[in-house]
Amino acid sequence: MAHASALTGDHSHSAHDDAHGHPPTSTGLDNKKIAIWAFIGSECMLFASLISTYLIYKGRSVVGPYPHDACLPPQCSTPLKAILNIPITSASTFVLLMSSLAMVLALAAVELKDQPMPSGWWSRRLRSSKLWLWMTALLGITFLGFQAFEFTSFVHEGLTIRTNLFGSSFFTLTGFHGAHVTAGVLWLLTLLAIDYRRGLGPKDAINVDLAALYWHFVDVVWIAIFTLVYLIK
Amino acid sequence: MATTATAPAYAPTESYVGESGIWSWLTTVDHKRIGTLYLFTSLFFFLVGGVEAGMIRAQLAGPNKDLFSADLYNQLFTMHGTTMIFLGVMPLSAAFFNYLIPLQIGARDVAFPRLNAFSYWVFLLGGIFMNFSWIIGAAPNGGWFGYAPLTTMQYSAGLNIDFWVIGLQILGVSSLAAAFNFITTVINMRAPGMNLMRMPMFTWNAFIVQFLLVLAFPVITIALVFLQFDRFFGTNFYTMAAGADPLLWQHLFWIFGHPEVYILILPAFGLVSEIIPTFSRKPIFGYPVMVYATMLIAFLGFGVWAHHMFAVGMGPIGDTVFGVTTMLIAIPTGVKIFNWIFTMWGGSLRFTTAMKFAIGLVALFTIGGISGVMHASPPADLQQTDTYFVVAHFHYVLFGGSMMGIFGGIYYYYPKMTGRLLSEKLGSWHFWLMFIGMNLTFFPMHFSGLMGMPRRIYTYDAGQGWELFNKLSTYGTGILAVGLLIFVWNFFRSYSTGEIAGIVPWGAPTLEWSIPSPPPEYNFARIPKVTSRLPLWDLTAPRLTREVPHTEAGDKRLDVDVASKHTATGHPNPTANAPRQGVEAGMHIERATGRTARELGIPMPNPTIKPLICALGMTIMFTGLLFIHVNRMPLALATMIGGALLMTLSLYAWVLTPLEDAH
Repeated sequence: MAHASALTGDHSHSAHDDAHGHPPTSTGLDNKKIAIWAFIGSECMLFASLISTYLIYKGRSVVGPYPHDACLPPQCSTPLKAILNIPITSASTFVLLMSSLAMVLALAAVELKDQPMPSGWWSRRLRSSKLWLWMTALLGITFLGFQAFEFTSFVHEGLTIRTNLFGSSFFTLTGFHGAHVTAGVLWLLTLLAIDYRRGLGPKDAINVDLAALYWHFVDVVWIAIFTLVYLIK
Repeated sequence: MATTATAPAYAPTESYVGESGIWSWLTTVDHKRIGTLYLFTSLFFFLVGGVEAGMIRAQLAGPNKDLFSADLYNQLFTMHGTTMIFLGVMPLSAAFFNYLIPLQIGARDVAFPRLNAFSYWVFLLGGIFMNFSWIIGAAPNGGWFGYAPLTTMQYSAGLNIDFWVIGLQILGVSSLAAAFNFITTVINMRAPGMNLMRMPMFTWNAFIVQFLLVLAFPVITIALVFLQFDRFFGTNFYTMAAGADPLLWQHLFWIFGHPEVYILILPAFGLVSEIIPTFSRKPIFGYPVMVYATMLIAFLGFGVWAHHMFAVGMGPIGDTVFGVTTMLIAIPTGVKIFNWIFTMWGGSLRFTTAMKFAIGLVALFTIGGISGVMHASPPADLQQTDTYFVVAHFHYVLFGGSMMGIFGGIYYYYPKMTGRLLSEKLGSWHFWLMFIGMNLTFFPMHFSGLMGMPRRIYTYDAGQGWELFNKLSTYGTGILAVGLLIFVWNFFRSYSTGEIAGIVPWGAPTLEWSIPSPPPEYNFARIPKVTSRLPLWDLTAPRLTREVPHTEAGDKRLDVDVASKHTATGHPNPTANAPRQGVEAGMHIERATGRTARELGIPMPNPTIKPLICALGMTIMFTGLLFIHVNRMPLALATMIGGALLMTLSLYAWVLTPLEDAH
């Protein structure tokens, strides 16, 4: 069970395996590292399609509510205010950005597990992989909480996925992103489970690295969404 | 079977030592077995698509025929296109990717063997799912391109389109998983000395196709998600009344759809680029240019999608830009055609069946390419779009191109897979019947199309000048069918009675022919060290590789230090000495020994059923969506949650189990 590839399964044909009969890889990188980059490339096109559709449909909704403008009679039977809440979303964006910082610290802690522990209280906290994995996951969950709050308040204000083009493209885009964050949280919790069971060490760094790359990617996508959907009117 | 140890050196080996029976196939993670599964499955679906084509041609043989209703006819042409593209040509290419990429780069398997098995099972289940629609009488009927809003609930309320949407989502997962796997395999698992610019042309083409898959499939995934959401959850992506753009689907679909065209043709180009040099006894003409031309085709392929949409009225600027980019693609494609011709020029040609098919591709693809350039021009396209002229065009490139190349590949690599040759005599019949049948079927469509016969009509009136051409097309289809039957007969008969292939049946220059046929489970007993891109000719026919670059200084970084002997003499003559390098690096031809990986101490991945269960769970999860539309909401939820659970649990079981035993 205590196998280096316990997370993504397939065998890492890295230089470490040389002694066991696997030839070293052509690049010296782990196979999984190459695969996750290919996967991220693919995800770029996925979100590019979603974001483009949102932008193409911006301003084409025939009924309100609208993202940045109020909808007043006679266009809307009852007055509807602009629906996007930029202050609250700024807070959730900050939370997600901070989760990337925690992720960096988690990876560093795993990579340095073999090094002697420093003496200072803060320095010791910085080297705790469990703390920073928990921190990342909890910040991710907090972001999802913000999103759940946002979705419910939009529904109360009369915007569902069926209301208009804005609703369809907004909920689909941010929902896809939220689903990616959820998958990332599950991944982090799985890493935590392994950490509690047998401890993550430097030989697991590649697996934490994969989760980190994914997590940062999802974070970067949110920066694009926050800018294009929320900030630009 | 240990008995192979005493078998004559050239007899086919029993490659899967100690493993037989259905369980071993369900649990296999061997890229060669998975390639074989792909080959059989996709040939089966290809025949199904062929039967659908035959039914279409029977209906159109003469005016006002009513063998099939308009509705059934819609299902036939939709499923013909969908089957041929997603269940025929793409997985036939995948069969070659699986079988050949590891062998051509000198690897023992792909980077992620279990993910590879997963890709196959998802493909199989997706194909079954899609065709299951025939059984309940609701096969997809919106065309292979499924234009929305036609395919939204308002205009297509039946389950037909649901099967199509969900089926394509399932198949997309298969293609993407395979693409990540092959990209990693090619980047990371090459034998020492196998630099990128020494990779065989097939591997290059396959490599580039994986990038097209990775970048094009997410776009159709999203287009299909929108359609799924519109159909199942009432969103408005394709609802015109809500202000939606009627061209959104077309743009998204063709941003996927045009790269898809190159996904279909480039693997066949790769196969032909292996066949032609071998049977011309010459290295391929302009190898680097071939590589760059392939990259350029793939790159430009993302910038031409709207040439499928000239008729929607994009305005002069859009039309001009897409017309020009489309014409530009003809340049790298033309480069390839000329390079194949120059490869043959002055070579000692051997007209085996594989070579005939390869030359068939060069000729027929050129015809299809020329008609392609014709409708790259918007004014010409307005006359041709949605007529049989376009049908003629894409059958020349897909049948005359992709399928000719793939058949050539099957004749060429059958001995690698089975240890026996396909019958050349039957092969010759197969080729000529197919060549004549194909031209008789599709050439007259140029005329019926220019005379105005529209695509996708289930019948037509007499007296429009279309009768003769349609009759010829239907006769041609009959000849094609006979050719195909001969192929099927040849394929199965040669498996037991074909001539023993020997270790290098064609005298080919690439690594996959340096090991026994069929290869042992571990492929290479010793990982070869590669010093040029034609390693076997370095060994057997150095005269042929004089002009092929060899490393003069060795390649220490990759542990190939071959040239020290040459440089030690002070002034070596690289031209004269170069081909010796392969020999000195330890390049060799392996004979069948019958020894297992265990005996040789080679670590191999364990067989596992988990990828199959994971694929099954995913398919069940998607199937649950169907029950929403027959108003069985609890059943739908139960199926989807059950499928998702099965998928997640088997996925966890899979990733938490090491690939190999500890060693």
